[in-house]
Amino acid sequence: MAMPTEYRMILKNVDKPGYTPDIACYLKHGGYATLQKALRLQPATGQDGKQLDGPEQLRREVMVSGLRGRGGAGFPCGLKWSFVDHRAGKNIYLICNADESEPGTFKDKQIIYKDPHQLLEGIIIAAYANGVKLAFIYIRGEFVQGAAILNRAIKEAREHGFLGNNILGTNYSLDIIVHRGAGAYICGEETGLIESLEGKRPYPRIKPPYFPAVLGLYGCPTIVNNVETLCAVKHIIEMGGTKYAQLGTTNNTGTRIVSISGHVRRPGYYEIEVGKVTLGELIFDPNFGGGLSNGLPLKAVIPGGTSSKIFRAGEKFKITRKNLDGTVTVQEYDLLDLPYDFDTMAAAGSMSGSGAIIVLDESANMVEVAANIAEFYAHESCGQCTPCREGSLWLAKALRRLEAGRTRPDDADYLLSIARNIQGRTICAFGEACAWPIMSIVTKFKDEFTPRPQSQPVHAKSV
Amino acid sequence: METIRIKVDGREIEVPRYMPNWEGKLVPTTMLQACQLAGVEIPHYCYHPKLPVAGNCRMCLVEYGTPVIGPDKKPVLDGNGKPIIQKSVLPYEPQTPRGAIACATPISPGMEIYPSSPATKQMREAVLEFLLLNHPLDCPICDQAGECQLQEYSLEHGQAASRFVETKVHKPKQIELGPRIIFDAERCILCSRCIRFTQSIARDDALGIMNRGSFNTITVYPGKKFDNNYTLNTVDICPVGALTSKDFRFQMRVWFLKESPSICASCGTGCNILVGSRQNRIFRFVPRQNDAVNSCWMCDTGRLNYKWVGRPDRLARLRAPNSSTTPPSWRDVLDELAGRLSQIPAGATAIIASARQTNEELFLLRKLADKLQAITESVERKGEPDFLLVSADRNPNSVGARLTGICGIPMGGKLPRIADGIRSGAIQALLVFGEDPTRHGINAELLGQLKLLVASDILPNATTNMAHYLLPGCAHLEKRGSFVNVKGRWQKFMPAVTPPGDARPEWEFLNELVGKITGQPPATDFEALFKQMSEAVPEFRGLTWDELGETGVNVNF
Repeated sequence: MAMPTEYRMILKNVDKPGYTPDIACYLKHGGYATLQKALRLQPATGQDGKQLDGPEQLRREVMVSGLRGRGGAGFPCGLKWSFVDHRAGKNIYLICNADESEPGTFKDKQIIYKDPHQLLEGIIIAAYANGVKLAFIYIRGEFVQGAAILNRAIKEAREHGFLGNNILGTNYSLDIIVHRGAGAYICGEETGLIESLEGKRPYPRIKPPYFPAVLGLYGCPTIVNNVETLCAVKHIIEMGGTKYAQLGTTNNTGTRIVSISGHVRRPGYYEIEVGKVTLGELIFDPNFGGGLSNGLPLKAVIPGGTSSKIFRAGEKFKITRKNLDGTVTVQEYDLLDLPYDFDTMAAAGSMSGSGAIIVLDESANMVEVAANIAEFYAHESCGQCTPCREGSLWLAKALRRLEAGRTRPDDADYLLSIARNIQGRTICAFGEACAWPIMSIVTKFKDEFTPRPQSQPVHAKSV
Repeated sequence: METIRIKVDGREIEVPRYMPNWEGKLVPTTMLQACQLAGVEIPHYCYHPKLPVAGNCRMCLVEYGTPVIGPDKKPVLDGNGKPIIQKSVLPYEPQTPRGAIACATPISPGMEIYPSSPATKQMREAVLEFLLLNHPLDCPICDQAGECQLQEYSLEHGQAASRFVETKVHKPKQIELGPRIIFDAERCILCSRCIRFTQSIARDDALGIMNRGSFNTITVYPGKKFDNNYTLNTVDICPVGALTSKDFRFQMRVWFLKESPSICASCGTGCNILVGSRQNRIFRFVPRQNDAVNSCWMCDTGRLNYKWVGRPDRLARLRAPNSSTTPPSWRDVLDELAGRLSQIPAGATAIIASARQTNEELFLLRKLADKLQAITESVERKGEPDFLLVSADRNPNSVGARLTGICGIPMGGKLPRIADGIRSGAIQALLVFGEDPTRHGINAELLGQLKLLVASDILPNATTNMAHYLLPGCAHLEKRGSFVNVKGRWQKFMPAVTPPGDARPEWEFLNELVGKITGQPPATDFEALFKQMSEAVPEFRGLTWDELGETGVNVNF
C-alpha cells in the first residue's frame, strides 16, 4: 500500500522557500488568474438548458464540487449560497470567518499569514458569484499581525485593480473590510459574529428567524464562510467543480487542512484529500504526526477540536454508509482505521469539526483534560442563554473539585446530567461544544471520575 | 381570518395563522400564543408580549412534533387515516426529544405541541435548576417575594432540593443604577427584559451587559445614569427581585397590598394603574395594561405622584361662616349654602371648576351653573410632552371638562371675564373647585370683594384660606369617577383609600346640593348619576357605569 501523503492544494505554496505574502510573489505563482477567468465568464446554457450568467455558473460549480464548510459544521457551501435571496433587493454581504478559535485549530492562520492573496482571490470570486458588493473579513483579535497582513494585501489588490471599483475593467466593484474581534470564541459562531460586526455584544441570534442567508448583517442576506472554504472556492473555479469533486471521497470532496497537536512527534498542519487518510495514519505515519512523542501508548483522540466528542484508544465502530446507488453498507472499524472525513467522524459519534486532531497518550489525566476543556468553555460562554451560561461554569467548578481529589461516588452521573441539560437546549451550538467533550470523556473514562481511595468527602458549601 | 389547526397536549384547536407581535405587527403565530389560546400557560421569563423576543431564558422550551410530509406535499397518514407525527429530536441523538422555544417558534399546520409531556417538564426543571444555581435564595429579605416568577415557577415546575455542591458566583449587590433603581446582580437571571425595554420602548441605551458567561452582569453604560422617565417600568417587568424601586423597597410585603384599579391623573394620557395600598396608606402605583392607552407602561413622574394624598395638611374639616352646629355637619352646611346661593341674583354666580375633577362632578357643576345662570371656566395646565406617554396637557380630564360644558377652547379663556365681573360687582358669588384663582388672574383682593366664596379642595391654598364655605374633597384615589383622556378614551377608576376627616367625594355632596337648589330629586346612587350624565352628554351615548369596562371606551369629540 502506498504511503499516505499530503495533498497540498491550498497550502501548495505557503511553506515554499522564498514564498512571501506580497502580491508580486502571488502573481508570480499564477495568482488572480482564476479571478480573471471568473470575471470574464460569458453567459452560457447549463446542462438543464437554463441560461446562466457568470455568477450563476460560478455558484453551480461550487454546488457541483460538493464543497463542505471547513469551519466546523461541514455544511454544504453551494447549498448555503443557494439560500440567499437575490430578489429581496437588499445588499448581500459576504463575511469571511477568520475567527479561528477552536482549541487545537491553527490552519486558517497559515493561509492568512503566509498566503493572504489566495484568501482574497477566493473572497472576490465568492463575492462576485453571489452579487456581493461589500465583504468583510472578521479576524480574531489575537491575530494582530494577521490583520495587518490582510490589510496590506487588500491595499495591494486594490492597487492592482483586483479590488475597488470596476475590477479588472469589468463593471463589478467590491471592497473588503478587515474587522478585528476582541478575543471571544463565540464570535466564531456566525450570528454572534454578525452581531459583533454590527458593533454589539456577540450574542448569537435565535434561528428562526435570524438565518444569515435571510436576515444577516444589518438585516440583509449574508453568507458567512470560513477562510479555508473560501480558498477552496478559488480552486474549484480554477479546476472546475466536477474535477474538485473527484478529490477526496463521496460526499466528502476536496482537500482539507488538519491541525495535529498533542502527544505526537510532528505536531502541525497537514492538507489531505478528505477521507483518503485514516486517523491512525494522521497520528502515526511519518508524513503526518509521526507517532507518539513520549513513547507511551495512545489513550485518546479528540478528532475535531475540543468541542468534538473524544475517542478512546481501542474503540471499535460500526459505520453505516449510504452508497451513491442507495444501498447501505455496514463495516466495522478500529479507531485508527477510520478514514478522516466528515461523515465517518459523525458516524463514529463525533465530528471532524475544524479539523483539529488532539492526541493524548497514557500520561493524560482525563479529569484534568475535562477540567481544562470545561474551563475554556465556561470562560467563553457568552452567557446569553441559561443552560450554557450556568451549566458551563457548573461543569468547570465540579471538574476542578474532582481535580482536587474531592470526588463523590455519583459525580460521573452528576456531570453527565449537567451536560445533558445543556446540549440541544441553547440558542447556538456552543451548548453542544461545552457538553459533548465532557459527556464523552466522562462516559468513556468513567473510572477516572469515581472516587479513589484518597478522595476527600465533599460537603456542600454554605454561601 | 386564516387559521391553522394544531394540537396542544392532544387537544385539537384552531388558531389564527397570524397574530400581533410586540409592536402590534401581524406575524406568524408562535407556539406560546397558540398554547395561550388553548388555555395552556407556557412558563417564561424573557418573553414579554410588549418587548422584542430574545429567546434567552429557555424556560418556554416545549417538546413538539410535526406531520411527516409525503412527496405529494401532503401529510402521510397511518393505518387509521391519522397523520404520522415526527417528534422533534436531537439530530445527533434521535432518541432524545429536542425542545423549541415556544416564544419564538412559529406554528405550522398539524403541529403537535406537548406542554405537559415528561420531556417538556424535564427541560423546565433543568432550566430552573440552572437559574437557581447562583441565585442567593434570599426571599425572606427580597421585595419581589410574593410576586416573583422564580418563586412561582420553582413551586410549579422546579425541584425541591438542590444538587449544587460547588461554590456560588458572587456579584455586585445594592447597585444604584439610577436615582430610582437599585440593582442586585446576584438575583438577576439575565433575561434582558430591562435592557430591551430601555432600548426599544424608552429609547435609551443606558443599560447593557458586561463580562461573560456566568459572570454576566447588567450594568449602566460607563459614565451614564439610568435616569430616563420610564426607569421604574423595569422594576415591574423584572421577573425576579434584581431591580427594585428605591421608593418602594422594604416598605411593604406585596401580599399585604390591596390592589385597586385606577387611572394616573398626572397628565392627560390617563395611564391605567393599580394602586397598592394597605391600611389606608398608598404604597405604590403600578401600570395596568391597556393597549388603547399605555400598553404596560407608565412614566416615573406619574408613578411617584401619590405622596400628597397622605399629606398631614390635607383639608379635612368642613368650614361654614354661621354654622348652627359645632363642628358643622354636611347636611346643615349644604342647606345653608343652598340658601345662600339661591339668594344670589341669576347670572351673578361664577364657577371655576378643575379639569382634574371627574366627569360626574363637572356634570353636576354644569347643572348647578344652568340653574344659577352662572359663568363656568376651568384652568389649563401645560408641560413638555414626550415621545411615549407624557402628554403636554397636565390635566387628566380636559376633554371631560369640555364635553360637560364647563369650559371651551381655549381652556381658561373666560377667567378675565370672571375677574372683570367680580371687579364690576356683576359677579357676587364664586364657587371654586380644585383650583386657586389667585394664581390665575383673580387675586385675593378681588376674592375679598365677593359676597360669597365657596371653595372645595384637597390641599390648602390662598383661595381655600379665604373661602366662606370650605368643602373638603377627595383625591381621585379616594373616590369613583371617570376621566376622558386627550385622545378621547373615557375611563373609570375606583377608590383605593378613604378620605380624611370630613372630606367626602365631591359628587356626593354636589349631588345633594344640586338637588336642593334645583328642587329635583338627586340621583339615588353613583350609577344613577353616571347614567344621568351619559344621557345628557351626547358624546357619552347613554352608556352605563358597567359598560365603561375595565379599560374604558372611546368617545368622539
